[in-house]
Amino acid sequence: MEDNLKLTCLYDKHVGLEAKMSPFAGFMMPIQYSGITDEHVAVRTRVGMFDVSHMGEIFISGPDAARYVNHIFTNDVRGLAPGKILYGMMLYPTGGVVDDLLVYKEFTADGFLLVVNASNIDKDYFWMLDNAAGFDVRIENRSEEWGQIAVQGPDAEKVVVDVLGWSGAASLGFYTFADFNCGERMIISRTGYTGEDGFEIYASPEMINRLWDDFLKAGVTPCGLGCRDTLRFEAGLPLYGDELSADITPVEAGLSMFCKLDKEEFIGKDVLVRQKAEGTEKKLVGIEIHDKAIPRAGYPVELEDGTAVGVVTTGYHSISLDRSICFALVDSAYSKLGTPLWIRIRKKVFPGEVVKKRFYQTNYKK
Amino acid sequence: MSKIIEGLLYSDSHEWVKVDGDIAVIGVSDFAQEEMGDITYVDMPEVDDEVSKGDDFGALESVKASSELYSPVSGVVVEVNEALEDAPELVNEDAFGNWIIKVRMSDPSELDSLMDAAAYAEIAK
Repeated sequence: MEDNLKLTCLYDKHVGLEAKMSPFAGFMMPIQYSGITDEHVAVRTRVGMFDVSHMGEIFISGPDAARYVNHIFTNDVRGLAPGKILYGMMLYPTGGVVDDLLVYKEFTADGFLLVVNASNIDKDYFWMLDNAAGFDVRIENRSEEWGQIAVQGPDAEKVVVDVLGWSGAASLGFYTFADFNCGERMIISRTGYTGEDGFEIYASPEMINRLWDDFLKAGVTPCGLGCRDTLRFEAGLPLYGDELSADITPVEAGLSMFCKLDKEEFIGKDVLVRQKAEGTEKKLVGIEIHDKAIPRAGYPVELEDGTAVGVVTTGYHSISLDRSICFALVDSAYSKLGTPLWIRIRKKVFPGEVVKKRFYQTNYKK
Repeated sequence: MSKIIEGLLYSDSHEWVKVDGDIAVIGVSDFAQEEMGDITYVDMPEVDDEVSKGDDFGALESVKASSELYSPVSGVVVEVNEALEDAPELVNEDAFGNWIIKVRMSDPSELDSLMDAAAYAEIAK
């Protein structure tokens, strides 16, 4: 095994299920069990579960917590009710993205939970500490104490209610959460990264292991990171490192709706205000090619005469839609829907056109 | 454990070759298809394209990854397996029964550098 790879609390379960394991974000993670297509279809039509214990949990509290979170976060937590969740980003002063994350408004007077990408936990934590001067807040990285399972798919509600024996899960709205007391704190949130209805459940490593077994017994399909990527991609959701990075702003990535420019201030706001007013040089678009060839990350996007105008960030032959589609970062002049663009795949060039980024019609709980 | 067929020649990039006079029938090994998982697309050259030993002539695509195909010999493509255009999964079902291209060899002595089944069994694991 490679040096310094971390294991999630469910590692032994994955090995027991003979998952194909691979390093991801510093962790040894399951890529697939029965196969990416099988697992993808299970989430779209029934219910699947993912070990997402590698994700980071950082807790913020203190008298200035709300003001501080609003300083480092693009969305607006003012007036956010306890039990509500917001998606947004942390930005560098350049407008580039430190990370994208979920912010949970806790049921305490001044607490927030920030859930961040596994690959960015340390970077994010130090970024938060570095930008806390002048705020009376406590910032605690408790990522190692929390495991997490995502249960996703049209049957997720039924199976979560059954396994937890708690009908309250059914009444949770999209992007809300509840604390469930089972002798320890368990957080149940109606969120996910698949485009389907579903839940993300946070608990201690021991409890997560019990839940994993219970969900398995209830017939939930174990799913790896392979189909996590095909699912989120179809649903038009960005992945940090592919569609978001220190070199891509939320305006370029088409995520302005998660950036509240009417807030008094947040790190990176000036750049976003300017980009909204003046436009950006590049933009993230969807492209479809009319062939079974697959546009992969890094492949060039060209005009008919071979001029390079962009690059693919993620691409697949979509499992649910049977279309060869990709996200690509292209010159803004070629970002309008319907614009003809060509993708170079090895030695051939395939014609395509700009299409909507949300390839798949999502099925979230209202 | 993947299958290996006696009487074929193998490259270290997991292509197999069946020699038929000056024609090399080329496919990928059972080991290669197992490593790839579900194959969703086979990128093949055109008839009359020239290929050189060691150069890529196409690729296998699975959901997650693409893996280039390297020609074990030099020559001219005389036939491509058109069945794979509509049914790439045939490579998963029977990697040895579903060839990918046929090449008229320009230098059959290149075959000498390929492995027999026993030698290939040592690297296909």
